[in-house]
Amino acid sequence: MFEAGFFYLFATMAVVGGMGVVLARHTMHSVMFLIFCFFNSAGLFFLLDAEFLGIILILIYVGAVMVLFMFVIMMLEVNQAKLREGFLQYLPMGGMIALILLIEFIGAASSGIFHTNAIAAVGHFGKDVNNTVEIGKVLYTQYLLGFEIAAIILLVALVGAIVLTLRTRQDAKYQNISKQVNVRKEDRLRKVRM
Amino acid sequence: MIGLSDYLIVAACLFSLGVIGLFLNRKNVITILMCIELILLAVNINFVAFSHYLQDISGQIFVFFVLTVAASEVAVGLAILVSFYRNRRSIDVEDINTLQG
Repeated sequence: MFEAGFFYLFATMAVVGGMGVVLARHTMHSVMFLIFCFFNSAGLFFLLDAEFLGIILILIYVGAVMVLFMFVIMMLEVNQAKLREGFLQYLPMGGMIALILLIEFIGAASSGIFHTNAIAAVGHFGKDVNNTVEIGKVLYTQYLLGFEIAAIILLVALVGAIVLTLRTRQDAKYQNISKQVNVRKEDRLRKVRM
Repeated sequence: MIGLSDYLIVAACLFSLGVIGLFLNRKNVITILMCIELILLAVNINFVAFSHYLQDISGQIFVFFVLTVAASEVAVGLAILVSFYRNRRSIDVEDINTLQG
């Protein structure tokens, strides 16, 4: 009962947050709504016994990715009104496609396939089951290759983001390291006869 | 009792919101990226729900991978956006069709 209440709370708030992302006038408000949505989805993850992923969602998504979004929005000076032009122009087509998708998904979800006995009888794990340990056991053995590929993807994204935004400024003063190291005494020092 | 289909319906709502957001905010690249995040979040909720109800931890591993790829996608996308803004002083999607070579 208690769990059902929390499920409806988190689910409603997540959907409200999603609506806010789409409809908010200002991009910064969209980011705030998305953060709200992520928090509530983390709550849903907690209800599904996936504590590790819930924490990851809050730490990485809210703590890193959304802050990155905020930084970019604050750095770029964008005309918000111009970006809103033609907002409703695509509403008929987009709304129709999304509505058809929604009806299909809900029809599939509530068709009764997912109410078989084994699935319906699933309860929660006990206190002795540690979600992080369970994930670690599988991640570092069965999915080790995927884990390493994920690490490489992150490295490539890191290098790519730096390379894309790096610019050499003309007015800044840089050190020429090799020139500094190779300097000899004669280059700098001059004896003056008094 | 909350069943699997309830979680699937929530995820379906979030997914549809993401799709409709892609159509509505066609000019704003940042909002488009956020709608993609919303779609990926819906997929993640599906993965975790199935993982819980099928008692199989592999679904959560895949959520982990999806989060990784989504984070790097956002990082690279925003970097492209910043460098595009430096050149054009705008992030209008309609200006991006002039990028050639």
